[in-house]
Amino acid sequence: MKVSFKWLQEYVDIDITPEELADRLTNAGVTVEYIEHLNKGVAGVVVGEVLEVVKHPNAEKLSLCQVTTDGDNHFQVVCGAPNVRTGQKIPFALVGAELPGGLKIKQAKLRGTESQGMICSAQELGINEEGLTSDQKEGILDLDPTAPLGMDIIEYLSLDDCVLEFDLTPNRSDCLSVMNIAREVAALLGKEVKLPEIKFSDIEKKIEDLAEVEIKDSNLCRRYVAKIVEGVQIKPSPQWLKHKLICAGMRPINNVVDITNYVLMEMGQPLHAFDYNYLSAGKIIVRKAEKGEKITTLDENERELTEDMLLITDSQKAVGIAGVMGGLNSEVTHDTTTVLIESAYFNPSNIRRTSTSLGLRSEASLRFEKGINIETVVDAANRTAQLLAELADGKVLKGIIDNYPNPIERTKIKLELTKVNEVLGTNINDEQIKEILSSLNINIIEENGSVITLEIPPYRPDITIAEDLIEEVARLAGYDNIPTTLPFGASSKGQKTLEQKLRDKIIDTITARGLTEVISFSFINKTNFDKLLISEGDIRRQAIPVLNPLSEEQGYMRTTLFPGLLDILRRNINRRSENLGIFELGKIYLPQGFPEKSILPQEKWTLGIALRGELVSNWQDKAQPVDFYYLKGIVEDMLEQLKITDILFKPCQDSPLYHPGRSAYVYVSGEMLGIIGEVHPQVADNYDLAARNYAAELDVELLIKLGHGPIKFKQLPRYPAVHRDLALVVKEEVTASQLMEVIWAEGGDLLSDVTIFDLYKGNQIALDYKSLAFALTFQAENRTLTDIEINDIHEKIQKALAEKFQASLRS
Amino acid sequence: MKEQLGKIKLEAKKALDHAKNMEELNDLKVKYLGKKGELTQVLRGMGQLSAEERPIIGQLANEVRDELNATLEEQMNLIKKTEQKQKLNLETIDTTLPGKSFSRGTKHPLTQVIEEAKQIFMGLGFQIAEGPEIETDYYNFEALNLPKDHPARDMQDTFYITPEVVLRTHTSPVQVRSMEKLNPEVPVKIICPGKVYRKDDDATHSPMFHQIEGLVIDKGIRMSDLKGVLLVFAQQMFGADRKIRFRPSYFPFTEPSAEVDVSCGICDGDGCKSCSYTGWLEILGSGMVHPNVLKYGGYDPTEVTGFAFGMGVERIAMLKYGITDMRLLFENDIRFLQQF
Repeated sequence: MKVSFKWLQEYVDIDITPEELADRLTNAGVTVEYIEHLNKGVAGVVVGEVLEVVKHPNAEKLSLCQVTTDGDNHFQVVCGAPNVRTGQKIPFALVGAELPGGLKIKQAKLRGTESQGMICSAQELGINEEGLTSDQKEGILDLDPTAPLGMDIIEYLSLDDCVLEFDLTPNRSDCLSVMNIAREVAALLGKEVKLPEIKFSDIEKKIEDLAEVEIKDSNLCRRYVAKIVEGVQIKPSPQWLKHKLICAGMRPINNVVDITNYVLMEMGQPLHAFDYNYLSAGKIIVRKAEKGEKITTLDENERELTEDMLLITDSQKAVGIAGVMGGLNSEVTHDTTTVLIESAYFNPSNIRRTSTSLGLRSEASLRFEKGINIETVVDAANRTAQLLAELADGKVLKGIIDNYPNPIERTKIKLELTKVNEVLGTNINDEQIKEILSSLNINIIEENGSVITLEIPPYRPDITIAEDLIEEVARLAGYDNIPTTLPFGASSKGQKTLEQKLRDKIIDTITARGLTEVISFSFINKTNFDKLLISEGDIRRQAIPVLNPLSEEQGYMRTTLFPGLLDILRRNINRRSENLGIFELGKIYLPQGFPEKSILPQEKWTLGIALRGELVSNWQDKAQPVDFYYLKGIVEDMLEQLKITDILFKPCQDSPLYHPGRSAYVYVSGEMLGIIGEVHPQVADNYDLAARNYAAELDVELLIKLGHGPIKFKQLPRYPAVHRDLALVVKEEVTASQLMEVIWAEGGDLLSDVTIFDLYKGNQIALDYKSLAFALTFQAENRTLTDIEINDIHEKIQKALAEKFQASLRS
Repeated sequence: MKEQLGKIKLEAKKALDHAKNMEELNDLKVKYLGKKGELTQVLRGMGQLSAEERPIIGQLANEVRDELNATLEEQMNLIKKTEQKQKLNLETIDTTLPGKSFSRGTKHPLTQVIEEAKQIFMGLGFQIAEGPEIETDYYNFEALNLPKDHPARDMQDTFYITPEVVLRTHTSPVQVRSMEKLNPEVPVKIICPGKVYRKDDDATHSPMFHQIEGLVIDKGIRMSDLKGVLLVFAQQMFGADRKIRFRPSYFPFTEPSAEVDVSCGICDGDGCKSCSYTGWLEILGSGMVHPNVLKYGGYDPTEVTGFAFGMGVERIAMLKYGITDMRLLFENDIRFLQQF
């Protein structure tokens, strides 16, 4: 909403600057976002008249003009605009004048000819071009012939005005009206509003003889008022009216259209002017559209309607979509002489639905859908008639049609005065409360001790409950006057849930291992499933689509964290970061029967990790490329930190995302936690990633289910440990975990730790064989172990390994 | 004999003074003070002395021995020191070479801001609540006093999954979900951080972003309490010298409603480019819980009151760290992330 400051001043006496006013309004919740001062640096420009135009003797495209500003004195001016012509009124910059941008007009010679001033274009005057016709934009600014000669252009074009641009909250649609903003200003400044007097003389002819209004759906149309004005002369509006509309961001068209727009802006009541001669039988019927019914609206688009849309029709045809836009067939044109003014109240929700489904938003629908003042419907029609009489030579027919089947009563609210301070924590006395409310025209109609009943003015449909009144008091008293306290009730415990704590712990352990946390979008492009080689039947392909995505890129809710992680690797490589270790702890979204069987889909916390390049390098140590074991170490460390002990890694050969020889299922307590491994080279290639990349995707909810084991202190050993090494040679295909399993099984209670400290393949041992070296630690809680005991166990282990895997000792 | 002792003393002292290393000192120790050393040799000749001379010479010999021992020790210490110094000199390294680097992981700045907010509010007795991101129209809108066709639904461009299921446009649905879970218990004191979605994408909007919702319900909760809690938050998050300002605003689920600004930290409220010369930066929306919302949550608005607030985590992070482009937070450029 944009409003001329001067216009506002007509309705309320404002004795502070526009800037101060803007601050006051903003602090009261009616936000002024911007103040535009219209004079951008114009001085010494007056209304002039072009008396003569001849071709410049030395230049094809220039004209030599004679301009007067008082009828007597002539100025010779060289002008380059194509639209300059004799008899035209124009803005004339005299020698010495100043224009925006610091330009000073001097006497000059142009192509050998004297030029004493300049005829200005709108652009040169710094005028907003929004309100101009295309002709006016092309060349010099063509002023209305009635513009008074010699008048300062600042006065004539109201360049000393400024425009307040409001950013209104949806509840304050009342302020889509200059009059209502004036009421707000009056309340804030402690002034009275001065509303324009509505008066005009009418002719003998009665409206009832010409027109009739029938409301078929009084729910959707609560009130319909018609007024007829005949003998209307269509012409341009006077400058003062144009100025106000331009300030409001509306382009002047002709006096009739401009007047309806003016009253719309002034009173907040949308109006429509029909050309009466195109209304068959002078009849207005307000009814619901029939299915598939069509109408061509003012913007020359044919619209197909549905049964829940409200139509304005005459006895034969549709002439407008109620509250949204008029029909082309009955619009006011240059030939119009008799107009029927429509001023009505339509059901807000219905208008909102109609304009949304037609994709048609107008100044009218904007106001109707928020609820207008049902009591000014008649005034607005009369105000329009008055202005048509004053500015369009109209003759107003006697009488008015006011079809208002079920008058709406004003809202009444009971307010317990003590509640105001109870809710706000303030100390405002009862008298102040009443004063504030009365300044807003919220008047007491009943008083019963500390309970008062108030009547809400009809232009404030947002006030419906006592809390709304408390807000009115608070914002007028000033939010700054609300003190600062802390709640004093019972104390409460501030804490995270166990689940939240464990998720934090996962992030902590992984960042401690040098990985950086990323956050990617929850939506993905469906093409990712092909890029990830995910097979047709895979559950991950059943991603939940977004009905109205911003783009295909964001069309589906992710079912895997892979796309985000791989894209982030790619993006960082493009920016020359080659060594990357990232992770994301976020949700994936699985239908699990949604929408058929469940109300909402499953949102599953998932951990994704991705690594590539070399992660540690400095001048002492050679950089080591990351590999499967680097990733596995991170996962193992995290499991250990979560006190999860029953862990099993099992080779995974059947996941399309991973390298079949370099990936593993991770099981904890027998449940599948996820897969870790090298990203399948084909998948990597699909994301434009060179080999090798490592990734893991793990079920966080399972981690949380198992990861809450309490930490329990274990006695430190009191007796020395015995260490033994065991270097074995086994067939290549025997896995470390197979050997470990046997060592642990045979080691018995005295075996306290086993680690692998070497893996060797090469020419010291046979082809297809490898050597693995284990370090075994034996320990007893209650005594020092003897060599003999250990030797026995050690031999038992060796024997079992030899039997099961033909393992021999490496010599 | 006396002269002999004097000579030994002089000679030995001179030799000790000139010794260059431990080896030489050890040799001298043997030469003069050892079992076959010169001093011992002299003392062996004591038997030939008269009874009167013996104690005198004996004492003198002891004195010479003590003196030589002292000198020896002194010299040993000196040489030890010198030798150690030489050794340490040889071991000198370039301490300006960089230290051993460990790859350092960082938490995403949004995670860090959320964590900081959690800590602040936990200190004030808030619990951390959570709710689904794919949410029903009921919790996202209706139960927040936003029926279908409500004009304020325009304030948020919504992603739909089905006509009745949306990607939550704010963390506010957790308000009614928490109330349903806890009623009739008071006080309710929760915050809920999480992802939210709006159909918007430009330099200042992202289709996915984060909010932190706050809700307090109890008997006698006042708007001044809201102001107090948010002041504590702002001062802990941004600095103890910060001020906050309330401006009237509108949200369908609060009444009265307030937009909250924090004083600009760059200009201390005097006005600068970062705060568009207002001295204030908008950080969150808030208000007293609307009676209808209390009813939806199963609380009686004549018995209890409450306040609620919701803040954009990206906005807080940008203000706190001086980040100028919101998109940086979702580009996941490692050079950006590792600054936090």
